[in-house]
Amino acid sequence: MISLSEYLILGALLFVISVAGIFINRKNLIVLLMCIELMLLAVNINFVAFSHFLGDVTGQVFVFFILTVAAAEAAIGLAILIVLFRNRRTIDVDDLDSMRG
Amino acid sequence: MSFEKFLFYMFAVILLGAAVMVVTRRNPVHSALFLVLVFFNMAGIWLLAEAEFLAIALVLVYVGAVMVLFLFVIMMLDIDLATVRAGFVRHLPLGMLVGALMFMEMALVLGPRHFGLAKYTAPEPAPADYNNTAELGLSLFSQHLYALEVAAVILLVAMIAAISLTLRKRPQTKRQNVTEQHAVKKKDRLKIVTMAAEEKG
Repeated sequence: MISLSEYLILGALLFVISVAGIFINRKNLIVLLMCIELMLLAVNINFVAFSHFLGDVTGQVFVFFILTVAAAEAAIGLAILIVLFRNRRTIDVDDLDSMRG
Repeated sequence: MSFEKFLFYMFAVILLGAAVMVVTRRNPVHSALFLVLVFFNMAGIWLLAEAEFLAIALVLVYVGAVMVLFLFVIMMLDIDLATVRAGFVRHLPLGMLVGALMFMEMALVLGPRHFGLAKYTAPEPAPADYNNTAELGLSLFSQHLYALEVAAVILLVAMIAAISLTLRKRPQTKRQNVTEQHAVKKKDRLKIVTMAAEEKG
């Protein structure tokens, strides 16, 4: 039988890969958005695994809402990306420093 | 090793390999396609965890909608692949160091000592007439009804925001303005000139 820790370790590995991806893809905003999607997926697998092992369907309800919010976030993020590319002709994160943040 | 466990490890290995490819590929189109592979394998793992509705929803919503959106945007933008890769090697050691540290910390907590089969026994497989979709729907529309409505509003706001962000007026394009055409009066278009009659020449 598959144990709970195997699901959790898989989620942790996926999360770590996406964190490393955010570090190494500083020039490409599209891949950064994809890394955020991967992170949300890594969180979702924890919810699904706990829902399975504790026999409570509420965990899956949470995953449902996270999927909703992630879809909205992807749509708005890509819209911002398009507007940015129209104005600057670049998607480099380092060029986004006009507010000196 | 049972067949179930074999399936889990197969899905997990393909998923992690595809996730590594997503973050290391040079071409964003390849990254997006590997992300599709990640979502498919994650759907398989969710099926093993008896979350059937969410597995299908993941394939429909993510592979069917979100990834197509990503691919559309990638192909609309004209990205210079050479500059996109600059700094990749420079940031790689830091990224791997932070990742390894985070994984070690999480593995200490999440390992078999605290979450193994001895602590959390595997649940019995659901009976054949168990309906995951009905169970989820019952919970969504009774206990979590307000949250569901808030989620619907979030989607509406996201749609309006995405449209209003990307909509632009182009002054140089020529197009019909129907209301202006309908509202036109005789004096706007017709000019009556009084002049003396001319002789037939």
